[in-house]
This record gives sequence, structure tokens and C-alpha cells, in this order.
Amino acid sequence: MKTFNTARRVAMGLVAAATATLATEATAGGHGIDLEGKTVEWVIPFSETGGSAKWANFYAPLLSEALPGSPTVVVKFMPGAGSTKGANWFQEQTYDDGTLIFGSSGSTQFPYLLGDPRVRYEYGDWNVVLASGTGGVAYLPPDLAGMMDGLDATALQGTDFIYGSQGATRLDLVPLLAWEMLGLNVEPVFGIKGRGDGRLMFERGEANIDYQTSSSYLSGVTPLVADGSAVPMMSWGALDADGNIVRDPTFPDMPTFKEVCDATPSCETSGTQWDAWKAFFVAGFPAQKMVFLPAGASADAMATYTKAFEDIKARADFAEISSGRLGVYPQMTGGEATGALDSATKVPGEAKDFVINWLSERYGVTLN
Amino acid sequence: MDFVAVALPALGDAAGLILQPIVLGYLVLGVVMGLCIGVFPGLGGIAGLSLLLPFMFGMDPVLGLALMIGMVAVVPTSDTFASVLMGIPGSSASQATVLDGFPMAKRGEAARALSAAFSSSLFGGLVGAAFLTVFILIARPIVLEFRTPELLMITIFGLSMVGILAGRVALKGIAAAGLGMMIGTIGEGDSAGELRMATYDMPYLVDGLKLVIVGLGIFAIPEIVALLRQDRAISDRKPLGGGWLTGVRDWFSNIWLSVRCSIIGVIVGVIPGLGGSVVDWIAYGHSVQTTKDKSKFGSGEIRGVIGPESSNNAKEGGGLVPTLLFGIPGSGSMAIFIGAIALLGSGNIEVGPSMLKNNLDITYAIVWLLALANVVGTLICIAASGGIARLTTIPFALLAPFLFMIISFAAFQSGQNLMDLVALFAIGFLGIMMRRFDWSRPAFLIGFVLSNPAETYANQAVQIAQSRFRKGFEEGFDYIFSPIVIVLIIITLLSVVVGLRQAKTIMAEGAVESGAKRAPMIFLLVVLGYLIVAFVNASMIPDYAAADRVFPRFVSGVAIVACLILLVQMMIRPETHALFADREAGDAETNAHGLWSTLAWFAGLLILTSLLGFILALGLFLFAFIRLRAGKSLGFSALYTAAGIAFMCLMAGLLNRDFPPGLLQSYMDLPWPLT
Repeated sequence: MKTFNTARRVAMGLVAAATATLATEATAGGHGIDLEGKTVEWVIPFSETGGSAKWANFYAPLLSEALPGSPTVVVKFMPGAGSTKGANWFQEQTYDDGTLIFGSSGSTQFPYLLGDPRVRYEYGDWNVVLASGTGGVAYLPPDLAGMMDGLDATALQGTDFIYGSQGATRLDLVPLLAWEMLGLNVEPVFGIKGRGDGRLMFERGEANIDYQTSSSYLSGVTPLVADGSAVPMMSWGALDADGNIVRDPTFPDMPTFKEVCDATPSCETSGTQWDAWKAFFVAGFPAQKMVFLPAGASADAMATYTKAFEDIKARADFAEISSGRLGVYPQMTGGEATGALDSATKVPGEAKDFVINWLSERYGVTLN
Repeated sequence: MDFVAVALPALGDAAGLILQPIVLGYLVLGVVMGLCIGVFPGLGGIAGLSLLLPFMFGMDPVLGLALMIGMVAVVPTSDTFASVLMGIPGSSASQATVLDGFPMAKRGEAARALSAAFSSSLFGGLVGAAFLTVFILIARPIVLEFRTPELLMITIFGLSMVGILAGRVALKGIAAAGLGMMIGTIGEGDSAGELRMATYDMPYLVDGLKLVIVGLGIFAIPEIVALLRQDRAISDRKPLGGGWLTGVRDWFSNIWLSVRCSIIGVIVGVIPGLGGSVVDWIAYGHSVQTTKDKSKFGSGEIRGVIGPESSNNAKEGGGLVPTLLFGIPGSGSMAIFIGAIALLGSGNIEVGPSMLKNNLDITYAIVWLLALANVVGTLICIAASGGIARLTTIPFALLAPFLFMIISFAAFQSGQNLMDLVALFAIGFLGIMMRRFDWSRPAFLIGFVLSNPAETYANQAVQIAQSRFRKGFEEGFDYIFSPIVIVLIIITLLSVVVGLRQAKTIMAEGAVESGAKRAPMIFLLVVLGYLIVAFVNASMIPDYAAADRVFPRFVSGVAIVACLILLVQMMIRPETHALFADREAGDAETNAHGLWSTLAWFAGLLILTSLLGFILALGLFLFAFIRLRAGKSLGFSALYTAAGIAFMCLMAGLLNRDFPPGLLQSYMDLPWPLT
């Protein structure tokens, strides 16, 4: 199976390379594609109820306006197997007339990175036209937050933490590993259906540590912070142009995990563990949601979609309508998007081995 | 919070927002659209809201809300049509309505059942809205009192309803519920991600079976097949004249039951995490327990319709509390609702903890739009019920292919996989057998619905309690045995004791004669076999994932013991005992067609679909069925087929859905809808 997959990926890679060459040739006389009277299907490999649905529903009407010929853009949901079903399906599709796009998420990236046996897709074959970033914030009850000595979390190491988790191999891997690096004894309670349920568990006093992605933090936790029942601990941070972790632009007053780790003697911001955390953070947050055209997309189609998303970003009211929905995060197109895809899907082998080993030792999760 | 000072101005503002002609117009539009979608079994709020989503962006908030709430509110009202007229649960909220509503329709009292149901729905919806108006201001701290142990106890309370619905042989009911729970555990475990009765080579099973498929399979398919075999209309009598007024009177004379069930509906709806799928069962159980003469339940007792229907609309109101105050959707449709609210206007309505502070007027507007939508929806439904009730007099051979078409389409929407249809057929076959041998299908469905919450909450409660006990015995004890938990334990125990004592008199699915020994015994052995395989399968889960092992092992263990006792009893008891209930024995003279030949039609549709894709297969199926089975002329058959396919394409086109592809489609690119 393994060799077969590798062989297949190599073959796919060759095909992709060949089409890429063809595509470059086509660019010469290309003027973009016209989608007038057509219907663009935007396939989301999750159910109607998740964060990716919100993201796609936000962009769909804008995209419809921005694409040449104002095609109808419909969002189609294809949930199953934690998004690997939809992604596997998309892998089988070939470029036709530019009316099919696919939206992936961190939950599509992680199984790919961890070598989940269900993954039959190859990011290298797809053509990215948009990469949307996000961030995350960890928070504590006030009494526990008060125990921290400035940014030093050492005093929290004796506390029993309970955390409502969706599963150690999901995005929750990033907070769980971060807390472990700080020496916190966090026991994840699995079986949570969404991060909102995790916050409810925190509000009920059953969980005493939690994290939310930026937009959920803004809507769900900010009011709790205002009434004094929660205190932010740290954000995961954001990436600058050189790939360094800096403060999250949405939460400029909040320390990043890197700062907290630096201030906590038992935590190291270098070495295999740190590199692994950073690699998975980069895979899961700064380029969490991406839009792809299928394998073999023409350069014209790529140019058309890239321009459409650039036009959306350039709308006068974009900052206003997006800040509440997506947070203040880069919406990357063109070369930036390709770079983001690269850093999100190419994790160093060492980091990957570390995480796979950590998952099996700490949580007994084996992915074979 | 000072109610008068805070709420009254907001109520005034809300009234100002709502009471404009254009808002009411949008509300009516939403209601009508919701009715059109809710009438079809398996399609509910999710399908309807998805239809509206593309229009929400930048829409005036109040208008958008009116449209969406109109649609959401009317689904639990309109799904009653399918439950009462066809015996198909229109959505998870109307499962229990089937038990007594459908027998009434068979008796020719469809209009009476419908109008009683609609009156109850309306009343429930209004009680829900009134209750919410006051409650929403004080709800937050109360909802937060419901932690995991409390949620677990409510789940167990829901499961205790199995006691009432178990039927004549209590052990069979327990085994049926156990089987339902085991079917519910199929797939990836929630705690450690271990697979139960599934492999990665069959990705379909990894996600587990969907409620739509199990609900339709276990209730709808057996009823359709049974009616088809008898080859007559649903009701063999003329509709009773003036039935709908009688229904309203029925509701009024049971108004206190309606009040109590509405309150049950609001309360269960308010608690996040359970959704609405148990509300109707709890209300049904309550209706049974509070009725003196229980003998009519299952064969058309009007109180069995009034109870669940009062609760399911009230639940929608209650379900708004976690949705609006915590930003946590109580159901799939509420999740889309939250997403859609964010699209409205400039996106400044933020559902969640700040809702009451910043948008109290909008909150009240939502509550009262809900009430208004209930009124409008009910009036339309009552007006239509007399006419729609005539459906029950159409020869069933003409109705059945249409129903099969809708059910297959709805089932396919849950996973967009041909396997959806295979699963529907398999569960349908199980349903047919359970119906034949008088194994309680409600008990099975309750088990299935509550399997996941029971397992998850049990695991979580144990884990959190362990952590508390480590801190100190008292803290752990306080966590588990809170006053709410203790009250719930008492209610559950009472309900089980009372339920089991009464179960023998309640034929939830009508009386069944006993037949020979062999067939019931074989079915029992098959069930036992599956349970044992599932037990062994669960036992093989390694230690580090023990959390995924405990629940299926425990449940299958209990069910296996129940089956073994049944087996011993079957060996000892004579053939006339209720143990050997077998519908084939009693219905032999009324059945015009055999079971297998009827099933073969649907197996044919399934096989054709896998070869030619859904639409081509459907065309062949409809035409052949109407021509050969219903014996109509060639012209009629062609017309019927064309109408059916046109309808299906319209539906799928509106909802922007695809049809199951077959082998043919993997060789050829065909245009939609043949893809």
C-alpha cells in the first residue's frame, strides 16, 4: 500500500509537472476565462454547520460578484471522515471549465501531514488561489490566571487541568502540545462536537482551560473576559514575512505562546519539540483555509480566480465586513498563497516523527 | 435583572421591528417555503435554510430573520403530514406522532388527527414563546447548572422511555433498544477514535449511520411495504366528515396535557447538547403515564398525538436559548441559522453571550417572530388538512413509488453516497423484520438516537469526576450528585417502574397475533449473532482506547443477556405465547402480495441505481411499477414517470443537490441530472 501510494504520488507529480508546463505555455495568449451564465460549485468537505461553512458562505456572494460574467456561486457540502472523504473526491476531479473549486481546512491538512490511512489526496496536485489565515487564543479562569507570575506559567504546573477536546489528532494537537511544553498537566476530555461545546464546558466550570480560534474568541469569550469569568492566557501568534512568530494582529496586547514559553524556565523555544509545535501551528493556523482549483487547471483559470479574490480584498468595505467574520488576518493570493500552502503542507520529517510518536505515547493514537 | 425596566422597552422595540407589513410579508413567504419543504419526509430545516442562505448576505436583518424563522418554525408543524398520513416520521421531532397519528389515519380520521396535532403545535409554539420572553433574561445561570452529569441523567431519563414503549414482552424491548444503541455506536468512537464494527476500507461506516437513514428505514420502509402488500389505500374508509373541527375540540379537552407537554418541550429544548430528538418521546411517555385508559395507545389514541406535537414546537422556542445566549446550536438547522445571522446586514448581530446586552430587541424580535410564524403556519396547515387528508384514500400502489423516490432522495442527501441507499435498504429490512416479529421499533430508535449522547456524556462525566475525586471526595461527590441529578434519578426510577408495569397494556404498534416458533426464533438468533459479533469486536479495542470499548461492551452485554433469556423462554413456552408474535400469521388473508416480491421492486431500484445512476433507474422503476404492479395503461405510466422525474429534478435543482451516480456515470460524462 505504502509503495503503491508513493508510486502514485510520483506519477501524479509528473502529470502535474507536465500540465504546469502546458499551462505556462497557455499563459502567453491568456486573457482569463469568462464564466457568464455558468454555476461555480464550491465544495466544502464539511457539514453545513462548521467554521468552513461560515467562511465559504462569507466569500461565495462576493466571489460571484468578482468573477467575470458574475456566475452563480453555490457552496456544496460533502461531509465525511473528518473531511478526508471530500478531499479524496476532489483528488479524482480534473479541470474542466473552471466551475469547480474546493475549500480545505486545517482538519484536511493534519491527516495529510500525519499520514492518516484514509488520505488519498495530494496537495501538490492542486492549485491554490486563496489562503485564509486565522489565529487562536488560550484562556483560563481568573483564579488560575492570577497564579501566573507575569508570563511565567511555572506556578500552574501543579494544577489538574481539564480541557474539552475534539480529538488529539485534530487542530487540538496545537494547544495540547503547547500546554504540555509549559509543563501543565492538562487532561483532555474527548467527545466534544465543536469548540463551542468546549467553551460551554469552561463556562459551566467543568473545564478549567480552553482555547478558541480568533473569530470564536471575539464573539464567545470577549464577553466572558469583560464580565470577569475568563482571562486570556496567550495567543498562538502570527507569522511575519520571514516566518517568525510575532504577536497576533487581532490581539496585539496579548502575549504569544512563544513569549510565555520563553518566560517559563521549563519550556524551550528551540529544539525538536518546539520545531514540531511550530510546524503544526503553521500548518493549522496561518493558512488554515484554502481555495483550490483541481489538478490541471489552466493558467487562465488561475489568473481569473486570483484576480477575483484580489478584487474582493480590494473592496472598500472589505475590512469592515470581514473583520467580524474572519478576524484581521491575511487573505493571501498568488505567490503568497502558494508560499502559505508550501509551509502548511511541508512539515519537516523530524517534526512529523516527533508528533506521531508523541500522539502514540501520550494518547495511544496510532494512525495505521 | 429588573425584568420590567430591561425587558419592557426591548419588547416595545421588538414589536416595532416586527409589526410592519413588509416584515410580515417575508414571514409568510418563509412559512410557505418551510411548509413546502417540511411536508416531504427527511427534508427539514437544514435543507430549507440552505436554500435561503445565498440570499442572506447583506439583507436587512429583520427581513432576513423573518424569512428564516418563518421557515424554521413551520417545519415541526408541517412534518406532521408525513407522520400522520404515511406513517413516516417527517423529521426527528415527529417520531412519536407516528405511533398514534398513523393508526388514526388508517381509520379514516386523518383530518381529526392532523387538526389536533396542528392545534397542539400552535399552542406549544405560543407557550414556548411566552415562556421564553421571561425566561431568556434569567436563563444563562440556569442553563449553566446543567453540567455533564445532569446531561447524562437526562439522556438516561430519555432512555427510560423504552420501558413504556417496550411492548408486551419487556425483554424484547430492552433487546431492541440495545440493538439500536449498538447500531448507534458503529463507526469511529468519540473518545479515542477507535473503530467499532467498521473498517477504513469501508469509509462509509467510519462516520456511522445517520439519523435520517435509520429513522426512514426503521419506520417508513416497513409501513410502505406493508401497505403495498395489502394493495389498498391507507384508509379503506371515507374520510370522516367535519373531522378537523373534532380535532380542535380534542385538543381543547386535553389542554392541560398540552400545557404540560409544551413545558417539557421548552425545558428539554433549552438544555444544549440533546437537541430535539428525545423531546417527543418524553412527551409521549408522559402522555401515556397520565392517561387512565391506556389500552388505546398505539392504535389511535388522540392524546398520543397531542402530547408529542405540543412539545415539538415548544422545543424550537427552547432551542433558541442555547443558540442565542451561548452561540451553541441545539440542532443542525440552528447551526445554519447562526451562520446565516452573521451574513445579515453588516454582520453586527453576534450570536452568543453578548446577545442580551447588545441586541435584546433583536432577541425579542426573534422570539416573537417564532410565535407569529407558528400561528401563520398552523392556520395554513389546518386549512389544508381536510384536502391533504384525502391522500389517504388514493390506492397505495400509486403513492408508494413516489414515496420511495422522495425517501431515497432524502436519504442520499445525508451522505451523498450510494451507500446511503444501501444502508436505507438494509435498515429498512431490519425494520420490516422488527415490525413482523413485534420488536419495538420506537425502543430501537430511542436507543439509536441516545446512543451517542449516552456514551459521550458517560465517558466525560467519569473522566471529570475522577479529576474531582483526586482533589477530594467531597468535591467529586458534589459534582456527581447535584440536586438536579438526584431529582432526575428519582423521576427516572419512577418512570421505569410505572412504565414497565403498564407496558403490557400498551401496544405501541397495535396487536399482533402469534405464529409458529421457527421464524421468530431465527430472527432472535440473527440479532443475538450480531450482538455477539459486536461484543467481540468491541472487546478487541486495545487498553489505551478503553473509553471507546466500555460502552459498546456494556450495552451489547446487557442486550445479549436479554436475548439469551428470550431464547430460553422461547424453548419453554408454547407457540401461542406473545413471544412468538408474527404478523405474517395474522395478516395472511389481507396481504395480496408476498414480502419478497414487494421487496424485489425496491432492490431492483437500488441495483439499477448502482448501474445507471438514480434518475435513469428511477425512470425505469416508476414506469415498470405503475405499468406492471399498479396495472395502469402505458400512457398513464409514462405520464406518471415524467411527472415524478420532473418533480425530482425541480427539487434537486432548487436545493442544488446531485443524484447518486452509478457505474454508467464512471464511464461516461452525462449532463445533469443524469450525472
